[in-house]
This record gives sequence, structure tokens and C-alpha cells, in this order.
Amino acid sequence: METSTSETETALVAALRAGEPAAYERLVREYGGRILAVCERLLFNREDARDAVQETFLSAFRSLESFDGRSQFATWLHRIAVNASLMKLRTKRRHPEQSIDDLLPTFQSDGHRSDPGSRWTNSAGEISERRETQQLIREKIEGLPESYRNVLILRDIEELDTETVAEMLELSPGAVKVRLHRARQALRTLLEPIFGGASK
Amino acid sequence: MTCHDALDFLDDYLDGNLPWGQRIAFGLHLGLCRPCRDYLDGYRKTIEASRKALSEQAVTSCQQLPDEMVQAILAARSQVPHTDRRD
Ligand SMILES: [Zn+2]
Repeated sequence: METSTSETETALVAALRAGEPAAYERLVREYGGRILAVCERLLFNREDARDAVQETFLSAFRSLESFDGRSQFATWLHRIAVNASLMKLRTKRRHPEQSIDDLLPTFQSDGHRSDPGSRWTNSAGEISERRETQQLIREKIEGLPESYRNVLILRDIEELDTETVAEMLELSPGAVKVRLHRARQALRTLLEPIFGGASK
Repeated sequence: MTCHDALDFLDDYLDGNLPWGQRIAFGLHLGLCRPCRDYLDGYRKTIEASRKALSEQAVTSCQQLPDEMVQAILAARSQVPHTDRRD
């Protein structure tokens, strides 16, 4: 993986800054698919994702001057897409969030597990190979309370580091870690019926 | 270490960030505790499965932006003030 902007990217950025229409089109065509995937992951809604993609590119066009070339151009664009999606989520936020507590493991007073759960005999690859199962898993992720779901997606799927996620969500790094841990536990509980074929 | 304590160490363990003393204690607990081993296994699979379910190929049928979206973005771009434009 390259850590800084490649020559092709540098040339593209220069052409964009010069306002060459062909460069804009190249940018949108080259990165559009990936950006759409990012927005769909965070928004779970095609229409909203399309809006966020448009907002991502317009925002990138506006702030081209602020791209300093220290990070990869793709990384810079990726962050703009995440921020555009989060912004979209903020405008849509409706009811207060459900508590996640019921989905967390419980313990006896001596600290031992009160419900050992079932063993997951299949590998993640075997289980998530089928399209229907992937859809089911996406629905479970979508069902997580938004503040947990966002942290899980940003950390585990978008692979942003704790500090970056903290900044994007205006949380402390500690709070990001706690939410990620709880989100993974809750999702594990939700996936148990899919994976946990074997009984205890 | 109890199962409850072990749970708190999971993420640091998976990230390889557990100080060695805690790592040993955690490993000892896992060695003796089947439910925690199963829990860790499912926890790992949860992360892996969510990555697969939300991978690029899984969420988008097309790797490319539909043409009408490209055109819409480029059209909207002409509304964005830029130094190369004359109004
Ligand atoms: Zn245990």
C-alpha cells in the first residue's frame, strides 16, 4: 500500500486544480464506485447513498485546495465520503436510540458467564458466502443502534483508526473503543442464530 | 480472571495490544474456559462476517457509478464556484 499520493494521483489533482473538465469526469468515474459503496454501507439506503456520493464529489471539488498530498488522494476522498454520509445520517435522525444492553452477554455474580451460548461450528467464510446470508447479516448490522453501528462500520469495515473515528463522531477515543466493543458483542448476539447451529 | 474480566480484554487481545502479563492471564483463562473460547471464536467470526457482508462487491452490484449519476455530478459541478469559471 502506498502511503502518499502516487504520480498518477498527483497529475490528476493538478489537472483538477487547473479546472480541466476531463479530469473531473475521470475522478468521478474512477472513484465513484468505491465512494458509492462507502455511502451505501453507512446509509443502508440507495437514494440517500446517491445523495451522499454527489455531496462527496461536490465537497471534494470545493476543497481541492486543502488536499496537501501528504495522504493518499483516495484516503482523502474516502474521508470526505464518510463525513458526507454521517452528515446525511444526522439530518435523518429520528427517534431516540434503543438500548443495546439486552444484546450484551450477562454474567453471574462471581463473574462467570450466565449463558455460555452455542458454539459456532462454521467458518465466517462458509456462512457469509451465500448472498441471502450476506443480506441477513447486513440487516442485523442495520438493526444496531446508530451510534454503535457507525463506530462498528467506521472501525471494522472502513478500517479507520480510533483517533480518526473519534474526531469524525466528536467522541473521545475511549468512547469509540467502548462503543466498538459493545457493538461487536451485540452483533455477535444477533448473528448467533445464523452461525450457532450446534447446541450448547 | 473471571469471564467478565476476560471480555474486557478481547479487543486489545485481538489487536495485539495486551501487555504481556494480561496476555498470559487471558491465555490461561481461555485455556481453562470453554465458554470464553467459544465466545472469542464467535466474536472473531462476527467481525469477519460483517466485513464480507459489507464488502464492496456485496453492497454494490456495479463497480462503476451509473452514467446518469456521473452526469448529474458533473452538471452540479458547474454550479460550484471555481477559479476557471467565468460567470
Ligand atoms: Zn471464561
